[in-house]
Amino acid sequence: MILAPLGAEVTVIQNATIMSEGAKGTFKGSIVVENGKIKEVGDKVMVPPGATVVDAQGQYVIPGIIDCHSHIAVDGGVNEGSVSVSSMVNIRDVINPEDIAIYRALAGGVTAANILHGSANAIGGQTLVLKMRWGTDAEGMIFQGATPGIKFALGENPKRAGSSGGGRAGSAGRYPATRMGVEDVIREAFNEAKQYKATWDAYDAQVAKGEHPLPPRKDLKLEPLKEVLEGKRFVHAHCYRADEILMLIRVADDYGFKIKTFQHVLEGYKVAKEIAAHGAGGSTFSDWWSYKVEAFDAIPYNAAVMTKKGVVSSLNSDDAELMRRLNTEAAKAMKYGGMSREEALALVTINPATQLGVADRVGSIEAGKDADIVIYDKDPLSNYSKVQKVWIDGNKYFDRDSDVSGRPGKDLEKKKLADKEKAEATPARGGRGPQ
Amino acid sequence: MRNLVTALLVFCGCAAAAENTAIAIRNAKIVTVSGAVISKGTVVVRDGLIQDVGENATVPADAIVIDGEGMTVYPGLVDALSTWGMPGAASGARGGRGAAAATPVATATPAAPAARGPEDRPSTTSWIKAADEIQPGDKRIETARNAGFTTAAVWPTRGFFAGQGSLVDLLSGEKAGEMVLVPSLGQYISLARAGGGGGGMGGGFPSALMGMISYIRQIYLDAGHYQLVKDAYAKNPRGMQRPEYDRALEGVIESKRILLPANRWVEVDRMIHFAAELKQPAIYYGLREGFEDRSVKYLKDANATVLVSLKWPEKARDQDPDAEDPYRQMVIREKAPTTPAVLKKNGIKFALYSDGLDTPRDLQRAIKKAIDNGLAREDALRALTLSPAEIYGVQDRLGSIEKGKIANLVVTKGEIFDEHTKIEFVLVDGNKYVPAPEPPPAGRGGAAAPSGPNNGVRK
Repeated sequence: MILAPLGAEVTVIQNATIMSEGAKGTFKGSIVVENGKIKEVGDKVMVPPGATVVDAQGQYVIPGIIDCHSHIAVDGGVNEGSVSVSSMVNIRDVINPEDIAIYRALAGGVTAANILHGSANAIGGQTLVLKMRWGTDAEGMIFQGATPGIKFALGENPKRAGSSGGGRAGSAGRYPATRMGVEDVIREAFNEAKQYKATWDAYDAQVAKGEHPLPPRKDLKLEPLKEVLEGKRFVHAHCYRADEILMLIRVADDYGFKIKTFQHVLEGYKVAKEIAAHGAGGSTFSDWWSYKVEAFDAIPYNAAVMTKKGVVSSLNSDDAELMRRLNTEAAKAMKYGGMSREEALALVTINPATQLGVADRVGSIEAGKDADIVIYDKDPLSNYSKVQKVWIDGNKYFDRDSDVSGRPGKDLEKKKLADKEKAEATPARGGRGPQ
Repeated sequence: MRNLVTALLVFCGCAAAAENTAIAIRNAKIVTVSGAVISKGTVVVRDGLIQDVGENATVPADAIVIDGEGMTVYPGLVDALSTWGMPGAASGARGGRGAAAATPVATATPAAPAARGPEDRPSTTSWIKAADEIQPGDKRIETARNAGFTTAAVWPTRGFFAGQGSLVDLLSGEKAGEMVLVPSLGQYISLARAGGGGGGMGGGFPSALMGMISYIRQIYLDAGHYQLVKDAYAKNPRGMQRPEYDRALEGVIESKRILLPANRWVEVDRMIHFAAELKQPAIYYGLREGFEDRSVKYLKDANATVLVSLKWPEKARDQDPDAEDPYRQMVIREKAPTTPAVLKKNGIKFALYSDGLDTPRDLQRAIKKAIDNGLAREDALRALTLSPAEIYGVQDRLGSIEKGKIANLVVTKGEIFDEHTKIEFVLVDGNKYVPAPEPPPAGRGGAAAPSGPNNGVRK
């Protein structure tokens, strides 16, 4: 079943507690969905004729959760770890719409995710934003209109990856082996990219003048860096320590580009002012740390502190399992940092939307936005709540009732196949039959 | 039959005599594939070509006459994607035992240093041609012929740009050159490193699938640029720096089509998009999930041609008997053999290929499985004769029993692909081969010729 890109059906969700994350705040009311968009939100709405009415009495509705850092739905490895600069590779080439993690994310209320290359390289691969349109194909998964990105990585991972000597200086293996080296790799790459850009700009100018010069060679490694310099591609930088965060801001300033988000950014609370001044977002974990030395200095107040200092902050999963319960990750910011309910939920809805440059499309329940909507049976900030229904672009992609009722049928089908295989295998294993 | 073999052996000493001698198979059922079945007719073969075919074809006075009463004549089978005869490829030792340890790669050359990027041209041998590599003494040529195969599209298969395939007739002899029908069929692209391994970090570029795709994309960009610069230089070399010769790009440029791997429907979708982006005529191989509605839709929309692997997915042999496979995997095992029937029904051009199978028993079983799963026998035959000939553009020479075509024939007692059907003999370029009744027992030791010396009758 390949769904139409935009739900043609008209749906009205009534009597719900709507945590809109928009100007209207939290209120009891209804949502009208038409042509894949939210048409109207309010205490009282007109139900268009022929609309499917969903009575959400006693239930909660939130905008679809957005995960700013995920590695699901990728075929054949998330790390092109062979080289220090792997900007030539692109997640877009290897989207796997069959990954069951997509469906599980949906069941956890996630409707969009920033799918990143791994962190093995100082400059990693190209990234993109997907919508969790389970059942569609690779192209159908793509969040059209979202600005593509590129992964950078600082610290231990890029300096350890691909080095047989465990990253110690002097060991045989891939450069760099130190944090200094990581900075150098990034600077060298942008030196190259600037030169490359100049070559192409000169060519384009000649062509504009009506000349017919030989075009320069297209270099897939430098193309996306040229786009970063031109502001056409977002930089999402994996980082932990305050010193390296400052380092990357200096590098970006030197070369005239912006870091769109610092990812993980566990020491972001130490340099929140500088991050805010650069205009970058911070996408962090709620309370996941100490899994390596550079992650020792983390605090669960990170998201709250960064927010208070003016950094647009979000909480991400980096993990297919954690991705299913980002709602309760957000809730932790109420305990650690005293965030309000709306502020906490914003960490997994409107804030990541802002960080990914798609806040005009998703992240809140407001008229004109994409109809990416989740119904929880209870308070979404409670770990007793369960996702009931999920819509993306007005199409329903998850329904807990039909999931549960469909299970026995699926089990039966599987059993039938297993029995058939067993029956076919038996005579062969038993040797000659009576013939 | 034995008499005939001895009779022919007499001619063997003199090439000229053999070349002029005609063979006529009379009173046989002739399945021409291109036209109607002739229930009782004659095929006349001379100089390696089909001289005449029909109910009343004239038998030349000098012809050796074979009474085909009770026999059926088919066009020789064509393996649309093969490694028979290629050195270092998987050997027949595996038989039906499932993939044992990987066959060691011939390691004459020292391991190349890990590639640091596309400029190092990792796992690329785009310039090699199967025709130049083929080993006529390869045992698999004989075993495949015993299964009725007379022709194979043989491809180098190791590396991202593995090299160029060649269409060869399965002759046993010393000269590989005689075997070759078409020296270059195109470029074989795989998404796996030559020699396997190398995944993860530190194995050189590229290590992930997205790296491999990016590498292939860069090579085509480079090839386009290279051509542009070369053309400019050829036009006006004076005052222009000469472009550096690049054999990897030369090999890519001279390949007129590409073979791309696509097993899952996701991969079918991905590779169709990729071929369109590269602007290369493509043939997709594998097609384990060719039965899926989506595969069919994508292939139809792209008007694509595919090669379907005969190695149907099976349950792992050494698995814990209580372990359960995922549902999806079970569905694929169940449905994969229906792929040829589904493709046929939807009018998608396809051929079948051996994919490592090389014993008559395994090949016959695999083809039978497709028939048991809904493919009509005549469509199975077509997918192994005229269809591959058309796919490779040699339908004017090969793939059916017609006047003037190459004399590649299989003569059987019983319907081809049936379990108990006996292949009486095979003609390859008019040369008659009689299959050994049983596979040679192990430890035959000290035989004179490298392969089945008593089977082949060569001009």
